[in-house]
Amino acid sequence: MEAYILMALLALLAAITIAIVFQRSLFAVVILAGIYSFLMATVMIVLDAVDVAMTEASVGAGISTVVFLATLHLTRAREYPRPRSVMLPLFVSSVVAAVLVWGTFELPRFGAAETPIHQHIAPHYLKEAKRETGVPNVVTAVLADYRSFDTLGETTVIFTGGIGILVLLRGRRRKRGEDKDAVDPGVRDA
Amino acid sequence: MSLASDFVSHHNYFVTILLMVSGLYIVIASGNMIKKLVGLSLFQTSVYLLYLTPAKIVGGTAPVLDDKFAVYSNPLPHALILTAIVVGIATISLGLAIVTRIYEVYGTIEEDEIFSSDGEI
Repeated sequence: MEAYILMALLALLAAITIAIVFQRSLFAVVILAGIYSFLMATVMIVLDAVDVAMTEASVGAGISTVVFLATLHLTRAREYPRPRSVMLPLFVSSVVAAVLVWGTFELPRFGAAETPIHQHIAPHYLKEAKRETGVPNVVTAVLADYRSFDTLGETTVIFTGGIGILVLLRGRRRKRGEDKDAVDPGVRDA
Repeated sequence: MSLASDFVSHHNYFVTILLMVSGLYIVIASGNMIKKLVGLSLFQTSVYLLYLTPAKIVGGTAPVLDDKFAVYSNPLPHALILTAIVVGIATISLGLAIVTRIYEVYGTIEEDEIFSSDGEI
């Protein structure tokens, strides 16, 4: 049953992706990307990844859509008809797709419990997390306790990204300030 | 029969590949920088699916421990992808800030126009 719900959701996801490829209006592209993220969050719930689904719904469908719309407001909302050839990208994408599909043939069946990924360290987390960390949500225990250095690295990346954005956008504000200074003497003269 | 059941059991991977390749196609074929970034985020999101699909056990439940359940999905990919989503929004936002600056300097976000105006200078 889960497999069929998943199939229906993934078909919708594929349809939206095709629509994004062919859409010219950037506003429509951004809104479709928001719908895509929300569908992806639904797929994640079916795949039992509830924490990831919550993050994807808030960050992917929420914040990222807002950031894209803000950029559209500052720039231009339409893509020009492309003068370049589509043959090369089509060829590259087809070859990559063929290689990846070939690679999936050896992968284990969906939902099987005896695959290597479930034998490695996950059983230890599931068995010992509550005793060792006192947190019933194992994903939180892994994120904040077992692999907290990963989370520290993530925070460093976000900090660096934030600094980069501030530096890039501070130049604008200064320029706008200079414009105002340039207008002000004129006003005074008048 | 076995071909059909193979298709059902690997269906997730095929859709993942379609999403990934569509993102790649947009990044290469589109000259518009905002659409390129949307393509990049499609590519990124397909990787989330690639990680979460093998973590699922049919008949299992979300990895929140409770006495009523015995089978849980693998929590490790979930933790990794949580990190990836947040890093993804940071990089996309930085990219969009650069696009905004490019628009202010060049007056366009089409790659071809930027290249041709660079050629004129």
